[in-house]
Amino acid sequence: MKVINQLKMEFLSLPANVAFARVAVAAFASQLDFTLNDLEEIKVAVSEAVANAIVHGYENSPTGIVRVLVTLLETGVEIRVEDNGKGIADVKKALEPAYSTDPERMGLGFVFMQSFMDRLHVDSSPARGTRITMIKNINNRGAAAASQGGH
Amino acid sequence: MVELDLEIRQDTLFVRPEGELDLGVADLLRNALEESLNKNPVRHLVLNLSRVSYIDSSCLGVILGRYKRLAREGGRVSLVGLQPHVRRICELSGLFRIMGEYTTEEEAVARAG
Repeated sequence: MKVINQLKMEFLSLPANVAFARVAVAAFASQLDFTLNDLEEIKVAVSEAVANAIVHGYENSPTGIVRVLVTLLETGVEIRVEDNGKGIADVKKALEPAYSTDPERMGLGFVFMQSFMDRLHVDSSPARGTRITMIKNINNRGAAAASQGGH
Repeated sequence: MVELDLEIRQDTLFVRPEGELDLGVADLLRNALEESLNKNPVRHLVLNLSRVSYIDSSCLGVILGRYKRLAREGGRVSLVGLQPHVRRICELSGLFRIMGEYTTEEEAVARAG
């Protein structure tokens, strides 16, 4: 798959960086032909992934490093969010709706990531960290409409 | 950064945050609500989100936590003036199953009363 553009960034596991990360990734992804609604969805997915790294991976310690890799492809965007935190013991369980180790968090983070992205993959092992990989495809309605329009 | 505007009328706490509600402001929101609920005889909470352009699971969790607290005493949480994207997030999270959604604060007070 042809890579059109790529962004790598690292930042401290501070809550204030959640907003920074989602805005930066959405601005970068806007180089592709996403709708405003798509970009809003990307923002939520990035927020949830970064918040997960901060709250669960690093357990709110502000000294961890969160790494984000954004790859723009012809078909869409791939976003990786990595931490070297405590990891998730049971990934399958963590992906179940309403699963959360914190009663106030409702387990909604992964629900939003799954709902708003076309693919979600979580690699994690205890004490090594977590890597969340998400893909959002460009909706080809525009292209389809153009091809139907004749020559 | 987010601005919170809190007002108490009778037994209802009105909160009118402005900005983006994410992990960066979740503690601030939680602490402000808890402090107000602890200090005042509040039964119901009306959250006016008309100036909120963004919300994610961190602050939804804060809202749900306050709902649990108030519901134990027979109180309610009402949501007012949701922007389309915020509404979608609330819908996906199932919040509307336990909280009413209203166009104005007056409607929330009248209908929930």
